[in-house]
Amino acid sequence: MSEERSGAAILVECLARQGVEFVFGYPGGAVLPIYDELFSDTRIRHILVRHEAGAAHAAEGYARSTGKPGVVLVTSGPGATNAITGIADAYMDSIPMVVITGQVPTPLIGTDAFQEADTVGLTRHCTKHNYLVKDPEDLAATIEEAFEIATTGRPGPVVIDIPKNVQIATALQGDGPAPRKKRYQPRMIGAPEEIAEAVEMIAQAERPIFYTGGGVINSGPKATELLRQLQSITGAPTTSTLMGLGAFAADHPDWLGMLGMHGTFEANMAMNQCDVMVCIGARFDDRVTGRLDAFSPGSKKIHIDIDRSSINKIVPVDLGIVGDCGAVLEQMIACWGDRKCRDLGEWKARIAGWRARDSLAYPPGKDAIMPQLAVERLFALTRQRDPIITTEVGQHQMWAAQYFGFMGPNKWLTSGGLGTMGYGLPAAIGAQLGNPDSLVIDIAGEASIQMNIQELGTASQFRLPVKVFILNNEYMGMVRQWQELTYESRYSNSYSDSLPDFVKLAESYGWKGIRITDEAGLDAGIQAMLDHDGPVMVDCQVSKDANCFPMIPSGAAHTDMLLYGDLVGGTMEDEAKALV
Amino acid sequence: MKIQHRASERHVLTVVVDNEPGILAKITGLFTARGYNIDSLTVADISEDHAISRITIVTGGPPQVIDQIQAQLERLVPVHRVIDLTEEGPHVERELALVKVRGTGETRVEALRTAEVFRANVVDTTPESFIFELTGSSTKIDSFVGLMRGLGLVEVGRSGIVGMMRGAEGA
Ligand SMILES: Cc1ncc(C[n+]2csc(CCOP(=O)(O)OP(=O)(O)O)c2C)c(N)n1
Ligand SMILES: [Mg+2]
Repeated sequence: MSEERSGAAILVECLARQGVEFVFGYPGGAVLPIYDELFSDTRIRHILVRHEAGAAHAAEGYARSTGKPGVVLVTSGPGATNAITGIADAYMDSIPMVVITGQVPTPLIGTDAFQEADTVGLTRHCTKHNYLVKDPEDLAATIEEAFEIATTGRPGPVVIDIPKNVQIATALQGDGPAPRKKRYQPRMIGAPEEIAEAVEMIAQAERPIFYTGGGVINSGPKATELLRQLQSITGAPTTSTLMGLGAFAADHPDWLGMLGMHGTFEANMAMNQCDVMVCIGARFDDRVTGRLDAFSPGSKKIHIDIDRSSINKIVPVDLGIVGDCGAVLEQMIACWGDRKCRDLGEWKARIAGWRARDSLAYPPGKDAIMPQLAVERLFALTRQRDPIITTEVGQHQMWAAQYFGFMGPNKWLTSGGLGTMGYGLPAAIGAQLGNPDSLVIDIAGEASIQMNIQELGTASQFRLPVKVFILNNEYMGMVRQWQELTYESRYSNSYSDSLPDFVKLAESYGWKGIRITDEAGLDAGIQAMLDHDGPVMVDCQVSKDANCFPMIPSGAAHTDMLLYGDLVGGTMEDEAKALV
Repeated sequence: MKIQHRASERHVLTVVVDNEPGILAKITGLFTARGYNIDSLTVADISEDHAISRITIVTGGPPQVIDQIQAQLERLVPVHRVIDLTEEGPHVERELALVKVRGTGETRVEALRTAEVFRANVVDTTPESFIFELTGSSTKIDSFVGLMRGLGLVEVGRSGIVGMMRGAEGA
């Protein structure tokens, strides 16, 4: 039965019909009508964050760990601008998200009214799509389209800006979906002849490699299974981007580890030397390719991506297949049939040779814990609980990617494209809400954690037992490392001065605080963190000058990796310095 | 270190879009955000119910960039399709110009004579000035405007290019 409802009530009804369990938000003048609707609604749980960036990252963490869209609700002006970092982050990493922003009433738009910001203008280039809704009549259809756009095709954030008078004015809302024209139709499956060509190329390959990315995770758990299936029938060695970790099991003999700037020697060498590269849901990011004119010079390249603009954007490929990773993998498996793969013994022997370089080896700590060891121990002591790991941004993020083994999808949440410090804690909160029985750990740096430290309060309020494991090296370590390699160790503003006492800070929010200062106390400290039934912050004090290797310095080729122990000059050409 | 620039080729794109607020900002913003050029842009709604607009963009870049521009435009939700006229083959390009010329005596006569050669229409006239209306390819308009410079040119307004494929098929 149709019912006359206010815009705010239509919104809440639409969210409930979409199956939304949580809204991450923060109130303010321009969203008061919506907050009043939420007050008595029993279907949707509002999670009050402490800063709107936290709301957006929490929604990302929820989305990435559950596969469902994250929903954010913030007020106009500063509420919307605060959320933008998280929106931009979701855009870069293709995270499904719907952001509702309040706006000043329509007659005041454009008058520089109190808390007015041009939210649609500001978010135009960091959303997949955005709307300003000027009439409650249009609201239901807009919200339904927003969810469809956010969650299908290449996922991404969608902003719906709703002026306050539109929240109060009424319109008739029917029981079923609102009528609207269907204008968004992403291409899901590959053309049969392209699939056949791809299968033929792989079957002929002497040195194939699968280079997989976040697209496999975004496509859903079935894509992960299909990837593993295609790998097992083709035997292709497999590497992954930062965003794709977990799609392929880290303990599989054909797993090469992560590739790219801080990837393993074997992954990067195999990328360089392969004869057929199959890129599945990755996008040839500069962190992955290194110097472009030296990127995998001798290979034929196949690129599977749901976003046609990703194909040939950076690296020209021999065969582009536009489609969903899962659907295309399924087509390829069917097309492969009962072929036999070629004998890849020689190729795998070469890879074994590169693997023998043991590129993740690191020297023992002299008087402090090596951060790499801390991650290895964290992995060893938690792996049977199949934890969800989030990170902040910096060296600790790369060490987590390198030394923590990911066995399945949706367990690894990190800010890849935008590289946003402050992502990890709110993302862990979102992930914990979506996965109440999982162990959720934010592997953090002492600088990054301070960027959204206020979210400690959110975890306390909602009784979320998240763990924050800080690799405290008293430096913005990644910045320090670049200064060491590029600017002759002039450590300009990269020392983390005036740090808080993290244990006391944790305690003041009602968290448990633990400090680990030496190797002897490492396992016990981690165990104490795991044993506590509630949120815990661990200040793990690690070596201050450890570096993250292997490393392809900016502007260098895959074959020019620096490993631990290599001598570095501490200076760089201007051309290389100019690269990010 | 010096900044390097890359060679570029000219392409005419037709973009069919939903006629909704902000669509032009989305498109022009995409060009600035990704560092693409716009040499000319025209837009008008073309459907009976005013729901669809047709945008013609003249842009330039290396082939890979042109392909990216098309792909990036297609990614925008309100964009229905993008046709690269330059790539598709034979097509017609037209532009309209209004050209105001002031003069008396021999220059005035010469301006009028030149306009006849170019088949420009006189759309406004005073004892000492004309406004000519001229439609044609951009090069034709360029040369007409060039000749008028010596004959008392006051101002020029140009519409930018609209384009269409030759032959019976619709875009
Ligand atoms: C919001 C934001 N500002 C600045 C940066 C640049 N940045 C990248 S890593 C880093 C240092 C991070 O330090 P910390 O969190 O202690 O991690 P570590 O590298 O020491 O492990 C900085 C400043 C960033 N990624 N994000
Ligand atoms: Mg640090």
